[in-house]
Amino acid sequence: MLSYILRRVAIAIPTLLLLIIISFLLMHAAPGGPFTSERPLPPAVLANIEAKYGLNNPIYVQIINYIGGIITDFDFGPSFKYKDRSVNDIIANGFPVTLTYGFLSFAVAVIVGGALGIAAALKQNSWLDYFAVGVSIGAQVLPNFVMAPILVLVFTLWLGWLPGGGWNGGQWNHLILPVIALSTSYMASVARLTRSSMLEVLHTNFIRTAMAKGLPYRVIIFKHALKPALLPVMSYLGPAFVSMITGSVIIDMYFSTGGIGQFYVNSALNRDYAVMMGITILIGGLTILFNLIVDILYAWVDPKIRY
Amino acid sequence: MKFSKSFLLASVVSTALLSTSAFAAGVHPETGEKLADDQTFTYRILDEHSSFDPQVNEDVSGSEIARNLFEGLYNQDNLGNLVPGVALSHTVSEDKMTYTFKLREDAKWSDGKPVTAGDFVFAWRRLSSPELASPYQWYAELMSVENADAIVKGEMAPEKLGITALDDHTLEVRLTKPLPYFAAMTTHSSTFPSPAWAIEAHGEAWTKPENIVSNGAYKLVKHVPQETAVMERNTNYWDNENTIIDKVETLVINNENIALTRYLAGETDRTETPAGQFPRLKKEYPDQAVVFPRLCSYYYTFNLSDTGPEVFKDVRVRKALAYAIDRRVITDNVIQEGQFPAYTFTPAVTAGFEVPEVEYAGWSQQERDAKAIELLEAVGYSKDNPLEFDMVYNTSEGHKKIAIAMSQMWKQKLGVKVNMSNMEWKTFLNERGNQNFELARGAWCGDYNEASTFLDLMDSESGYNDGKFASAEVDQLLSDAKSLTNPQANYTRIEEIMATEMPIIPIYHYTEAYMMNAQLKNWPIKNAEQNWYAKNLYKVAK
Repeated sequence: MLSYILRRVAIAIPTLLLLIIISFLLMHAAPGGPFTSERPLPPAVLANIEAKYGLNNPIYVQIINYIGGIITDFDFGPSFKYKDRSVNDIIANGFPVTLTYGFLSFAVAVIVGGALGIAAALKQNSWLDYFAVGVSIGAQVLPNFVMAPILVLVFTLWLGWLPGGGWNGGQWNHLILPVIALSTSYMASVARLTRSSMLEVLHTNFIRTAMAKGLPYRVIIFKHALKPALLPVMSYLGPAFVSMITGSVIIDMYFSTGGIGQFYVNSALNRDYAVMMGITILIGGLTILFNLIVDILYAWVDPKIRY
Repeated sequence: MKFSKSFLLASVVSTALLSTSAFAAGVHPETGEKLADDQTFTYRILDEHSSFDPQVNEDVSGSEIARNLFEGLYNQDNLGNLVPGVALSHTVSEDKMTYTFKLREDAKWSDGKPVTAGDFVFAWRRLSSPELASPYQWYAELMSVENADAIVKGEMAPEKLGITALDDHTLEVRLTKPLPYFAAMTTHSSTFPSPAWAIEAHGEAWTKPENIVSNGAYKLVKHVPQETAVMERNTNYWDNENTIIDKVETLVINNENIALTRYLAGETDRTETPAGQFPRLKKEYPDQAVVFPRLCSYYYTFNLSDTGPEVFKDVRVRKALAYAIDRRVITDNVIQEGQFPAYTFTPAVTAGFEVPEVEYAGWSQQERDAKAIELLEAVGYSKDNPLEFDMVYNTSEGHKKIAIAMSQMWKQKLGVKVNMSNMEWKTFLNERGNQNFELARGAWCGDYNEASTFLDLMDSESGYNDGKFASAEVDQLLSDAKSLTNPQANYTRIEEIMATEMPIIPIYHYTEAYMMNAQLKNWPIKNAEQNWYAKNLYKVAK
């Protein structure tokens, strides 16, 4: 097991490096640059700015300097657009925000979605099943960019219960709407996945055997059925967790939370190279990490899996 | 320019009025309106501004913030006229190339230090220095400050810039040409003073709320990137006693519909109206929906360079396309925010500019259409042998609607076949800047309130002249205008040449439509540059 983890970590390093290089090249291949603007800068001014940020060097030198900065100083560079701040500042400010609402949304999605899915599977073809399936299909077809304005309209304008946006240091009433908007479609997926895999497990031979042996229903479900039923859900949850905690541009945009999801998209549009690279590396690193965690959890859930 | 005695008198009177402590009674000292208890002004901004540093900032929302945090030599009043800021007055030398500003002695920074001429010298050197590499370095060149060009190019030390502190309260600026509107350019935020001691102590982090020192009516107390910036009264500000708004808050809300909902829920005092919704909002909230002219032009530019299509080199084609557009339909039916149909490039609202009567502006649309068909037929194009070209705009629903309307007008009236395409903003700028287009959208907002900020685009040497229109006469007229006291004749002539040569198709002049809290008063609706100062606003009681 330990050697497996070490092996995976060792592979992660070249993977991240490759990610950096490819992203860097793709980014520079996009037309325009960070200082392309409606008022094109006079050549002398542009030269000064490029010299300041080292953009006048050949691209391989830029990549080497960039990676060097990360390794030696953990410096992800300056933002070209938000000139008062470095990429480290932006991530330090924005990541805790997305981590908070992402983690809460994840918890809601797993708990509510999981419960709905299990309940639906146990009472297949009952009104509860139809209700759960109905809710999850409804939630699935309501994308968050539709949910968000509706939530604001209802809870902020009509009812006046909750603020329509802002973060306010993560105060609870600022969290509710973003969490609902973000968790809904994940919850629906979790519910559907749990339901179908639970149903599959319930029809297997070992459950039938357990039933025939006269084991209590509770024990059959929680001790024998639940764990194998969770395997496909888990492989979905790994990447879902990463994409939730690294933020959603829709949530950040509609609720002005200040999370990094917004910065990610804007940095691409602004050609704010360093910000885009910083967040790409963060998301890449987290994806690698959580895929590893999911694999380890697999072995724990399913004793047949050995590394 | 000297400020009149009546101005001084007015300030003396208003100070005297203040001593009767009118605010304590919650009444506006001049109008007698009852003031609201909560004097917080909260407004929506579309996106996080680039910087609080006046020399580094490069966007409109950032300069709005800078105008509240800092104060330059001059401010603007509600009509856009110059009023004293840190400078009380100035004198101009005989050759109009040396300006001497007299600074007020009671101006203070938020840490209590006096604002001196040296703070301006420091800031302007900073602005032009290659070391800071400000994206607004070119503004120092635009102001024609002595040696700015060479300093920006790195050929001379910033200390050689033509700005000197004769003493703590006398500032001398030397220019390379007699710019008649130089004083007006000092309302731009990149010319605001900056505190050398704070910048030296904290480096780039000097703009963080805990470090920043500012000389405007407000100081920064809180900043959460992508969420909010909070500014509160600077009690050291020289005119603090006359300031009514206590607190200014920005809220970053990217989506305009959400911004409107949050405005209606009372979270903000001002927001832009979402595209197409102004007529409805005006009907439902007549006291809150406001619209006023802006110093901006919407146009399409022909590519007249070597890479452009041959057919656009024929002026008859350019004219036919410009004539056949019914601008009224675009402003009244497509956008519906009271925009002004444009037949000239420079907006009518530009200070000191009289819109020349170009010929085709006076015709009826039928006359223009008939003329367009005639011109295009003379070139050999008709519905049977249609003209075909590419048209490009940057991705946006609004631009798309306008482009569709234009292409339909051309198709129905002239049989022209247009291939429309849209591009993401930076790609679009890149392609347009490299003349990889046939007909491209353009928009321009004035950097200062004078016609040259628009017409300079037609200079064959201008870096903004993406269509590469070149006319020796226009170049000469522009260059002469820089030293004329009244350059209107030159501007009229240039607009006439543009109407004859039609290098661009003017479509409309912008308006800005806001939803504004009815309690908020004194918004400078008539200031075309929309240079507003929170210190001049106030909120009345409900």
